[in-house]
Amino acid sequence: MRRRGTGTPDIHGVMAEFNTPHDVVEAAHRVHAQGYRKVDAYSPYPIEELSHALGFHHSPLPLLVLLGGIFGLVAVYGLQYWSAVIEYPMNIGGRPLHSWPAFVVPTFDGTILFASLTAVLGVLALNGLPEPYHPVFNVPTFALASRDKFFLCIEARDPKFDRDKTRDLLRALPGVVDVVEVEH
Amino acid sequence: MAEHAPSAKRIQSETDALIAPGHTLASITEKIASLALKRRTPLGWFVGFGISFLLLQALLYTLAVLLFKGVGVWGINVPVGWGFDIINLVWWIGIGHAGTLISAILLLLRQDWRTSINRFAEAMTLFAVACAVIFPVFHTGRPWLAAYWLFPYPNTMGLWPNFRSPLIWDVFAISTYGTVSALFWYVGLIPDMATLRDRAKSKAWKIVYGMAAMGWRGSARHWHNYESAYLLLAGLATPLVISVHTVVSLDFAAGVIPGWHATIFPPYFVAGAIYAGFAMVLTLSIPLRKAYGLEDFITMKHLENMAKVMLATGLIVAYGYTMEAFMAWYSGNPYEKFMMANRMGGPYAVFYWLLILCNVLAPNLLWIKNLRTNTTFLFLISLVVGVGMWLERFVIIPVSLHRDFLPSSWGSYAGTRYDWSAFLGTIGLFLTLFFLFIRFMPVISIFEMRTILPEGEGGEPKS
Repeated sequence: MRRRGTGTPDIHGVMAEFNTPHDVVEAAHRVHAQGYRKVDAYSPYPIEELSHALGFHHSPLPLLVLLGGIFGLVAVYGLQYWSAVIEYPMNIGGRPLHSWPAFVVPTFDGTILFASLTAVLGVLALNGLPEPYHPVFNVPTFALASRDKFFLCIEARDPKFDRDKTRDLLRALPGVVDVVEVEH
Repeated sequence: MAEHAPSAKRIQSETDALIAPGHTLASITEKIASLALKRRTPLGWFVGFGISFLLLQALLYTLAVLLFKGVGVWGINVPVGWGFDIINLVWWIGIGHAGTLISAILLLLRQDWRTSINRFAEAMTLFAVACAVIFPVFHTGRPWLAAYWLFPYPNTMGLWPNFRSPLIWDVFAISTYGTVSALFWYVGLIPDMATLRDRAKSKAWKIVYGMAAMGWRGSARHWHNYESAYLLLAGLATPLVISVHTVVSLDFAAGVIPGWHATIFPPYFVAGAIYAGFAMVLTLSIPLRKAYGLEDFITMKHLENMAKVMLATGLIVAYGYTMEAFMAWYSGNPYEKFMMANRMGGPYAVFYWLLILCNVLAPNLLWIKNLRTNTTFLFLISLVVGVGMWLERFVIIPVSLHRDFLPSSWGSYAGTRYDWSAFLGTIGLFLTLFFLFIRFMPVISIFEMRTILPEGEGGEPKS
């Protein structure tokens, strides 16, 4: 079921290589304006403008982390209340069983712990990691994406993708160094 | 003369720079990655690692003896039930704080100079927490039995921990701190692991770094979520780091012992933690930058900034000592007054005055710019502060305990050889882990260094 798009051969997409962050941002703007949506760019460090140019929306991560934190807060306070008041009530120096000020510290730590775990598991899940294999690594120069090169890849599953036309479009971009097909 | 003016100006700008001029994306990547990937390990590394590893054996031996004979092999008894073990716990946990402060709080405050020191400062945090937890865990005597009164888990005895005890708060605070620090450190490492995967020559290392990178490919989609996660973790770690030493200080402040029962403890402990932590970062970074030739990345500006943070937190700590003494007099409480007189003139007075020398007087030399920018002096003063902070906990813990309310319960305290071997052993554990880290991991965050390059050198477009 990999053959999607219009008359596409069995490739992952077409990838262009750039030398500067400015060029790849410009390329992303143009490709997006042409109507391509299944596009990804690769850079050695985060470039905010690049994700804007590709039209990415706000990450859902902050909301997930908030929910994780609320879960931790309720769970750890609940655990303390249940164990100290219901399951194992102990009179310690005549203090009330429900000594809420003493429960604040573990509750705070539980909130932070669950929110942090959500942030880490969330970013991995949203990015689809761990991912043992990805076609872009078949491009010989792609190892430089973690050094000093910038790449833009239009994927074959894009409805507008056409092997020749898309390649020509990328070749015509300013500052492009090379355009290659990405094998599956 | 004509030659002097421009060169002096250049030197001036270099001492202010966060990164030496002439670096590009490629040169930063190659320089930092090559430190982890180089085939030949320098002889000095083996020497340092060997010594640390030997010290680590002292820790293992001590713990084996302790488990066999009991906690009595440490010098703790009535009335001094908390000795080196708790001193070392507080000392190590405090040291860890600078790592989180640098990585989280300075990130939120947009302090770019954190970038070249955050990675190894975070590693330092993790290793310091690992050393710290050994002490309370083994102080319980039988750690496998302590599990049921430390952790809330359903056990066959139907018992639950007493959440009204600050000691349980400690368990939650420290275990959360250790976990979140590890997560933050690992998330920061993922893009750099991908860089090492792409640079590694041998198949085996490609697989090892590749597994650690989990398939990271630097995609815009990845970075988009990643930046969000990194900021969120920084935001979560910030209140956490403030809370951890606060909770540690509550172990004391919630007790009724004169010298412990004080409301100033939380802020004074947090400042002391950052103070000791920055001292440790300097102790580690000065030899590291020399041995690895990292002067381009860890510039004089970084060292000077750290010295300034140390000076500022040192002054807060000095204020704490002053307030402790003032309140002992002003409260009019005879026990408080006796406690302070005993600290200043009792059997352990020498430690109190050494503490004042190390923590209050010595750091004031950092007001002088020539000393602040002298690496040898900074290294020495960081060691002095490290010793001073250890003495502070000695003065707070055993010196407060050894004179109980009733003179018939008075006692004295000294660490035994097992106290010393456990303490030196954790230094061995810390250094062993640190030597492994600087050999196989990128000691500076490569991807964050790329972002501070000026645009002309391939840095981020500034809009």
